[in-house]
Amino acid sequence: MSEPRDTFVPEPERCEFSEGPAHHFDWSRRDFFKLAGSGVAVALVVPAAAAQESGRASGFRGGQPLPQEISAWLHIGEDGGVTVFTGKVEVGQNIRTSLAQSVADELRVPFDTVRLVMGDTSRTPWDMGTFGSRTTPTMAPQLRRAAAALRDLLVEVAAKQWNLSPAALAAADGKVSDPASRRSVTYAELARGQSHASLIPAEDPVTPASRWTVAGQPLPKVDGRDFVTGRHQYTPDIRPEGVLCGKVLRPPSFGAALVSLDPRDAQAMPGVVVVHDGDFVGVTAPRLRDAERALAALHAEWKTTPQPSSRELFDYLKRNVEEGAEHGGPHETGSVESGLAQAAHRLEETYTVSYIAHAPLEPRAALAEWKEGSLTVWTGTQRPFAVRDELAAAFHLSADRVRVIVPDTGSAYGGKHTGEAAVEAARLARAANRPVSLLWTREEEFTWAYFRPAGVIEIKSGVTQGGKLAAWEFHNYNSGGSGIGTPYVVENQRIQYHPVHSPLRQGSYRGLAATANHFARESHMDALAHAAGMDPLEFRLKNLSDERLRAVFEAAAKSFGWPRKRERPGQGFGLGGGVEKGGYLATCAEIAVDRASGSVRVVRVVTAFECGAIVNPDGLRNQVMGATIMGLGGALFEAVEFDNGRITNPLFSLYRVPRFQDVPEIEVILLDRKDLPSAGAGETPIVGLAPAIGNALFDATGVRLRGLPMVPNGLKI
Amino acid sequence: MPLELEVNGKHHSVAADPETPLLWVLREELGLTGTKYGCGEGECGACSVLIGGNVRRSCQVSLRAAAGKSITTIEGLEQNGRLHPVQQAFLDAGAFQCAYCTAGMILTGVSLLRQNPNPSPRQIVEFMQGNICRCGTYPRIVQAIARAAEAMKKAPQ
Repeated sequence: MSEPRDTFVPEPERCEFSEGPAHHFDWSRRDFFKLAGSGVAVALVVPAAAAQESGRASGFRGGQPLPQEISAWLHIGEDGGVTVFTGKVEVGQNIRTSLAQSVADELRVPFDTVRLVMGDTSRTPWDMGTFGSRTTPTMAPQLRRAAAALRDLLVEVAAKQWNLSPAALAAADGKVSDPASRRSVTYAELARGQSHASLIPAEDPVTPASRWTVAGQPLPKVDGRDFVTGRHQYTPDIRPEGVLCGKVLRPPSFGAALVSLDPRDAQAMPGVVVVHDGDFVGVTAPRLRDAERALAALHAEWKTTPQPSSRELFDYLKRNVEEGAEHGGPHETGSVESGLAQAAHRLEETYTVSYIAHAPLEPRAALAEWKEGSLTVWTGTQRPFAVRDELAAAFHLSADRVRVIVPDTGSAYGGKHTGEAAVEAARLARAANRPVSLLWTREEEFTWAYFRPAGVIEIKSGVTQGGKLAAWEFHNYNSGGSGIGTPYVVENQRIQYHPVHSPLRQGSYRGLAATANHFARESHMDALAHAAGMDPLEFRLKNLSDERLRAVFEAAAKSFGWPRKRERPGQGFGLGGGVEKGGYLATCAEIAVDRASGSVRVVRVVTAFECGAIVNPDGLRNQVMGATIMGLGGALFEAVEFDNGRITNPLFSLYRVPRFQDVPEIEVILLDRKDLPSAGAGETPIVGLAPAIGNALFDATGVRLRGLPMVPNGLKI
Repeated sequence: MPLELEVNGKHHSVAADPETPLLWVLREELGLTGTKYGCGEGECGACSVLIGGNVRRSCQVSLRAAAGKSITTIEGLEQNGRLHPVQQAFLDAGAFQCAYCTAGMILTGVSLLRQNPNPSPRQIVEFMQGNICRCGTYPRIVQAIARAAEAMKKAPQ
């Protein structure tokens, strides 16, 4: 038996792991001012240990301590405009707004004077990527520290001019003032004629949430007007002079190899360039229609190999566990066996989750342009620096010859960690010697991207006569380790994630495996409550010591009116919740089942969420609402179907996503804890919905559904 | 033979394959990139435009079929720097996240309010059913269209 640990931290999801670059960021100050214009700037340096995400990932190389790393720049120009340089990207989660709020707040400037340069590998410091709900807990405080340092620097400049002590001066509303003499000077005036840059350490104290003025406010999305007028340019909307359209020839199935290609018919078409390089085949043409025709005129022969199919998926996962990949064995405390022996009620269940697709409305896209041996690619990715490295490796370039720029992107949900479209567009652009724009079709996005991992989860548990958890054993095959630890108090536990040779290309997704693990755990908790003859809420609270989790359960239950009495046949009520990525969540759901037709309708959802101090309550509400609605799809009907290496439902007409009529009445309760650090919020609010619906279905029908999606073809009972 | 298109009140002569979907004519020939590709099968609504005042999926309408008709895209809704009430309502309600679907949502909403200036929430939901917002901002979109209806009653266009 291994030693009990206080906190259980499963190892990071493999699909979200990233190494830092082999070289550190060392932009010279001169280069910086050439780009940003004169003024006063600070660069935030973080110690290697803190630079897990921005700066670099590992602290030592060859036994030598590395220099501290720059994680962000802040610049104030001669017009008083503040520019923030960060490697994070905006994909609809609204961090362009929330990060600007944090900077404005700390720097004491009006919100609309702050502008962010994001996700541009030539202008922003290295960043691991925008995922894992990490922007708010890590980048926001880093930018605050930089802003605090810049503010101090401006105060010092003013103090020197006035020959006063900095401590006598105050900074507010973009000005430094001397209360004694009532004179003041604007930041813009202080920045004029300066080319002053400081490296500042990450330790500066920042303003506590209780004293925030700009942060904490429900400010609207930055540049919102550009989005309602169609002026904002997503990647496919950037069309430089002479741009060509690119298309890539796809294999007929996964694992197929190109045997032969006859490109002559396509090559004979006017304006068409065909590129054949190893297994890569693509075309360019001035217009999409010409490129589509050229693609159709390619005669390719492929050799296919047998591939798994979705009807055998869960058996396949159990049969293909990676040998020797047990990641240090299970998390284990106490003895599950002796716990089970003491239990009054024992329960053993298996849950499954299917592959699902992110289906971002903007499919993968890239615009690539070569100039004098250097490559610039605009692409919607969550990891611009990783895509830069991917491009550098693909074309044998040093990283400084590759620039990746991420325009604010048409969503990602964890689905855009990779740079396929970027590499393809760059390969085509090099051959055509012109800029090439590539936009994947919906079918390509559904087929050649990657999927939220499918999984099998096995649970064995026991509960005492008094309703206390006595034993908890939990095995997750393939879907992942996020949210795998139980938040309930149970002395005897064994928890393990088993990696599998996945039959499909899989990767990150909003909430990752936390959705699967919460579905299984919270459904099983419901089943245990019934076995013990207890109300599901009462049973959870009895086994829960975490005050923050108790608080969201109680808030959601109160607003929902838990426990509810059935008023009509087919009505059911359920709840689910948990803690993940620093966010605390509880969701209650009411459903209506029509036994005759088998239709299941989610009628009402109440979600209570707490993620520390709230930076932007309007943006947060939008995220919680959006996660709830996205979660409906995976809970009820979304599943990627595949047969011998082909995706059989790669279109919106075949793969159902939530639409207007699917949306229940949703109430979002936000608990604002100004005394606690802010956590990210884009992901965790998705995890409670599926078990809440499943538990409500059980309440309504007495049938427990243990697979996601639960009712792709309605309820058959 | 070039075909004549009237887009946002301007006349264009387009020398493209007449079977080209209007979506790509707008984007490639006229540089009107506010109209988005989302699926190419008329299932998501991202490419919605108004043709003769009614909402149409521009990925499903050929250049030939659109020729000679009056087309409005998202770029044509703003008048003299003033947003259309539906645009303003989306902005006020924060009815978007990544906003890739927004142009299509707004034009579909405009079309609805032309047909029914006073829709119930249920009627809004039914009319908008063909438009996908993968970020899940549906409740705010319904709210924005309802607010736009109110605003248009007070200040008719």
